[in-house]
Amino acid sequence: MTSADTLRAFKRDGRIVVVGASLAGLRAAEALRDEGFTGSLTMIGDESGEPYDRPPLSKQVLTGWVPADGTTLPRRRDVNAEWLLGVPASGLDLATNQVRLADGREVPFDRVLISTGVRARPWFVESEAALDGVFVVRTREHAEGLQRALAAGPSRVLVIGAGFTGSEIASICRERDIPVTVAELAPAPLVGALGAMIGEIAADMQRAHGVDLRCGVKVTRLEGDAQGHFRRAHFDDGSTVDADVAVVALGGIRNTEWLRGSGLAAGVWGIACDTGCRALDLNGLITDDVFVAGDVARCPNPVYEYRLISLEHWANAVEQAEVAAHNMVSGQADRWPHLSIPLFWSIQFGVNIKSVGVPTFADEVVVTQGSVSDHRFVAAYGYRGRVTAAVSFNNAKWLDHYRQLIETAAPFPPPCPTPDQPVDMKPVPVDFPGPVLLAQGATVVVTGHDPGERRVTAVQQHR
Amino acid sequence: MRIVVDLSRCEGYAQCAFLAPDAFRMHGEEALMYDPNPDDSRREQVLRAAAACPVQAILVDQLEGRDVPVEASTS
Ligand SMILES: Cc1cc2nc3c(=O)[nH]c(=O)nc-3n(C[C@H](O)[C@H](O)[C@H](O)COP(=O)(O)OP(=O)(O)OC[C@H]3O[C@@H](n4cnc5c(N)ncnc54)[C@H](O)[C@@H]3O)c2cc1C
Ligand code: SF4
Repeated sequence: MTSADTLRAFKRDGRIVVVGASLAGLRAAEALRDEGFTGSLTMIGDESGEPYDRPPLSKQVLTGWVPADGTTLPRRRDVNAEWLLGVPASGLDLATNQVRLADGREVPFDRVLISTGVRARPWFVESEAALDGVFVVRTREHAEGLQRALAAGPSRVLVIGAGFTGSEIASICRERDIPVTVAELAPAPLVGALGAMIGEIAADMQRAHGVDLRCGVKVTRLEGDAQGHFRRAHFDDGSTVDADVAVVALGGIRNTEWLRGSGLAAGVWGIACDTGCRALDLNGLITDDVFVAGDVARCPNPVYEYRLISLEHWANAVEQAEVAAHNMVSGQADRWPHLSIPLFWSIQFGVNIKSVGVPTFADEVVVTQGSVSDHRFVAAYGYRGRVTAAVSFNNAKWLDHYRQLIETAAPFPPPCPTPDQPVDMKPVPVDFPGPVLLAQGATVVVTGHDPGERRVTAVQQHR
Repeated sequence: MRIVVDLSRCEGYAQCAFLAPDAFRMHGEEALMYDPNPDDSRREQVLRAAAACPVQAILVDQLEGRDVPVEASTS
C-alpha cells in the first residue's frame, strides 16, 4: 500500500479521539468532518454538557444579562461523534495508542488531538479557598456562583490579581455599583501582559471608575467568620480589607498532569508542538499521531525567533484547531503551518482593548496614534528595531495595519498612519516584571553519550 | 438560538446593534456585547445582523432550524 492509500483508508475508517471537548476540541471536530474524515470520532471531556464559550463568562454573564448556561457554542456542522462527557482522561499510552479514562475505560485511537486547555489557579491555602464567597472564574458553574453572589449585593468585592480577567470583573462590579478593591502584586494592572506604560493607563482607568486599586501588595490570608463565610483579607503590608466576596484571578494552570509518563514534552508550560500542531516527545522528536491545539499548546512562532509560545487566546484556539484537524488527515506534503499573528481582546470600563502580536516579545513601546487621555489610541511594541506587537484602546480598526507591520518586520518605531499624531512619540522601555518568555525551572535530565542512546527523561516539577 | 461573535475580527462598526438591538449592544465606543443565546423569536433579526456584518464575525448555529437529534450525552 502506498502512503496515499494508507491516508485514504485512514480518512475513510480511521479512529480519531479528541481529549478536551471545549472550543478547540469542537472546532477541530467540525474541521475534521469538513476535511472529509468519515471514520470514528470520539470526544472526551471532563465537563458535562455541550461545549460552551468562556469569554462571556467574565462579561455578559457577570452583568446578569446572559445566564451562565446560555453560552453554548453554535455548531458549524454536524460532527457525528461519540461524546464521552463528565469523566476526565487520566493517561495516554503511546505504545498501544489508547487514552485511559479515570473510570478505567480505555479508548483506542489512530490519531489523537489534545485540547485540555487551562484551569483556574486556585487560592494557595485550601481551607481559605473553600470559604463561602471565594471564587475563581473558568467554568460555567464558577460564573453562575459569582453572578449570584454579585446579585445578592455584597458590601464589597475583593479581586485578587489585576490581569485581564480580574480587571474585567472589577469593571463589572463598578457597572453594578458594587464597591470593589483590586489587589495586584505588580506595580499596575495588566503589566504582565502589556508592560508598565499601558499598565499605568489601566490603573488610571480603574481609579477613575472608583476602583480601590492597591498595587505592589500581596494578599496573605483570607479570613472567614464562624459560619465559614469569607469576611476579611490580610495584606503583606499589615493592612486589611473587609469584603463578602473574593475573586481569585491569578491566571491558569495548564491541564497536562494526566500526560505524566506519556513520554510527551508536557509540563507546566503546556505541551510543546511544531507549527503543524504535532506534539513533541520528551526528546524533542515530532510524533506522527499526537496533535495539540488551544490554550494547552506551546507552539513555535517563526516571527518570534521560533520561540515556543503558549497563548490563552480565543482566536488562537480556533486557528490551531483548524490547522491541527487539517494536518491530522493530510499527508506530509499537504500539511499547513500555524503561522498567524496572535490576536486578543478584552472589554473593561467601557473600553475595547485589543492586541496583535506578542507584546511580551519587546524591549520598547511607543504611542503611535490617538490620545492616551481619551483612552483612544494605539501603542506599538518593538524589539531591536522592528515592530513585534501593538495594542489598541478603542481603535481596533487599525490593528490590521499593525499586523501587516509585524508580518513584514517593519522598522520600529513606525510612523503615525493618521492625522491624529500624539504629542509625544518617544519610545520608552517596555518594562515587564519578569522574564516572561523563559521557562520556569529545569524539568528534564539528559542521559547517555552515544547518539543512539542519548535520551531525555522528565523530572517532577518543583514549585 | 446559538451564536458566537469572533471579537478578534469584530471592528465595532455596530451594524449588528442597529439591526438586532436585543441581541447586540455596544458597550462604550466600540466594544460589542452580545447575547450568545438570543430568543428564537429574534431569529430573523439576528440572521440579518449576521449577514450585514462587514467582517463576517457573527457565526450562527448551522444545525438549528432543522430537526437534529441531541448529540451530547453523558455516559
Ligand atoms: C473568564 C474568561 C474570559 C476570557 N476572555 C477572553 C477574551 O476576552 N479574549 C480572548 O481572546 N480569550 C478569552 N478567554 C480565553 C479563551 O476562553 C480560551 O482561550 C479558550 O477557551 C481556549 O479553548 P481551549 O479549548 O483550548 O481550552 P478550554 O476552553 O480550557 O477547554 C479545555 C477543556 O478540556 C477539559 N479537560 C481538561 N483536562 C481534561 C482531561 N484530563 N480529560 C478530559 N477533559 C479535560 C476542560 O474541562 C475543558 O472543558 C477567556 C477565558 C476565560 C476563562
Ligand atoms: S457588525 Fe460585525 S464588526 Fe460590527 S459590531 Fe457587529 S460583529 Fe462587530
